[in-house]
Amino acid sequence: MAVSTPRRTVHDTLAGLERGRRRKLKERAFATVLFTLTAVAILVLALLVVDIVLDGFTRINVDFLTRYASRTAENTGIRAGLTGTLSLMVLTALVAFPVGVGAAIYLEEFAPDNRFTRLMEANISNLAGVPSVVYGLLGVAVFVYALNLGRSLLAGALTLALLILPVIIVAGRESIRAVPLAIRDGGLALGATPWQVSYRQILPSALPGMLTGTILALSRAIGETAPILVVGAVFSRRADNEPWYFMEAFAALPVQIYNFVSRPQEGFKIDAASAGILVLMAVLLIMNSAAIVARNRFSRRY
Amino acid sequence: MDSAQSQAVRQRPVLDVPVDSRALAHHTAAEHSKLASDLVFDVRDVTVRYGVHPAIRNVSLQIYRHEITALIGPSGCGKSTFIRCFNRMNDLIPSATVEGTITYHGQDLYAKGVDPVEVRRRIGMVFQKPNPFPKSVRENILFGPKVNGMEVDADEVVERSLRRAALWDEVRNKLNDSAYSLSGGQQQRLCIARAIAIDPDVILMDEPASALDPISTGRIEDLMRELQERYTIVIVTHNMQQAARVSDRTAFFTTEVEDEASDFRSGKLVEYDFTEKIFKNPSDRRTEDYVTGRFG
Repeated sequence: MAVSTPRRTVHDTLAGLERGRRRKLKERAFATVLFTLTAVAILVLALLVVDIVLDGFTRINVDFLTRYASRTAENTGIRAGLTGTLSLMVLTALVAFPVGVGAAIYLEEFAPDNRFTRLMEANISNLAGVPSVVYGLLGVAVFVYALNLGRSLLAGALTLALLILPVIIVAGRESIRAVPLAIRDGGLALGATPWQVSYRQILPSALPGMLTGTILALSRAIGETAPILVVGAVFSRRADNEPWYFMEAFAALPVQIYNFVSRPQEGFKIDAASAGILVLMAVLLIMNSAAIVARNRFSRRY
Repeated sequence: MDSAQSQAVRQRPVLDVPVDSRALAHHTAAEHSKLASDLVFDVRDVTVRYGVHPAIRNVSLQIYRHEITALIGPSGCGKSTFIRCFNRMNDLIPSATVEGTITYHGQDLYAKGVDPVEVRRRIGMVFQKPNPFPKSVRENILFGPKVNGMEVDADEVVERSLRRAALWDEVRNKLNDSAYSLSGGQQQRLCIARAIAIDPDVILMDEPASALDPISTGRIEDLMRELQERYTIVIVTHNMQQAARVSDRTAFFTTEVEDEASDFRSGKLVEYDFTEKIFKNPSDRRTEDYVTGRFG
């Protein structure tokens, strides 16, 4: 070799070490900033929860859960809201899950790759970003008036189903895509039809992911106030009007909490509202735990 | 060869001799005159394209009953693409098109009205990487009979298929265990057993032993020899010793530069003959270079 590569001197090496130390310092500073930001977010949330627990915890008792709304803060209850929310949830899931899973399977396994399919895909992604109040207006126009369902539980559930459908479809497609191609090929090579492969191999493998996506979407839906308020959820309901009469008027927890908060009396505005929020949070937590359990229980390894 | 052709040959550099695979196929068919009834696949002038580019071009060859036919050649020569034509697995790739004709017992595989699902029921396939379903050993075997609506004695099919795949003794007490609990070699034999369970006519194997250790590979090779009694086997392999050990006939593919500018290559059949001839006395210099290890 004509030109030898210059050797590193001791001085160079020490300079390098110095640079390394400075880099490490920078890194640590960056990590500290990130930690602080995370801590702020968590702290605010924690404060909120603590405040609500302090205000609402003592107000929660059997009477509060099983009584209908009352004129007085001491006698009021959230039975209407709780049962309404639970039945909304079930009905919404019953509508949204099959439709969403079906759409996901179609788009992943059967849809031809053409303009129409791409248009649909783009629209589904866009729908996931539409503000929920818009879904409420759609629900009023289509379900309440056009289909003449009135301001009923069914209309509310269908509206919420529409709201979470894009999320379920996207989650469903993701979990279908996670099924290895080799499983498809293996099934088809044994003389299975594409439908048989979808039904017997892909669907069972993708189900945990689909369930998780659906439950998380549902827990978002039941916390929504705007769409069902627009569709016409009521605050109080007659005692003989149970929620499983799904063509009848319905209440829901977020709407009831909204109503509590807007009253002037402390008993409503602070105690009852906080207690209602606690119940709603408990329902959400239970659902999210269910999603985790479902995922762990049904998931398969490859 | 007529004089016009030999003149054309003389004007080109030696390595660039055009091989008319159609002529070659007719030549071999005549030379090893087999009964017409033993002809399983008759491939004529098949070109497979992905989009506009051909992956393999103008391949013609015949595959005979109860023989093991090996497809060998360097990476990218289109062996896997070619073997997937026999059970119409290329149909699943939207951009793939197959030109030319492949007949199966005299019937055009790609004719209108031929159901690829029905084709795959008769022509089984084993893939490069073992791909058992995430279910029990037993369910893996019974998937094929179930989806094909075959009314079978489940226990009998499971035992018979596993015995034929030389796996029964190893898994007889693990039939309800997950297929994923088996070793790689066992999983691949399970995939073979799964293919056998629907009693196919032909078994296609796309590098069935490339993901396995030498002992498992030896097992699979022994198994192929046994399966030959009942089935016709086509195997793609990168392993020339494997082709030499197990196959009756060997087809050597290579890549040819299709377009100088983009260096786009397509696969081409160079020589197809008895395995012994291919390895001991090949007619084409490219085959000789490849099997002796001077190339590829």
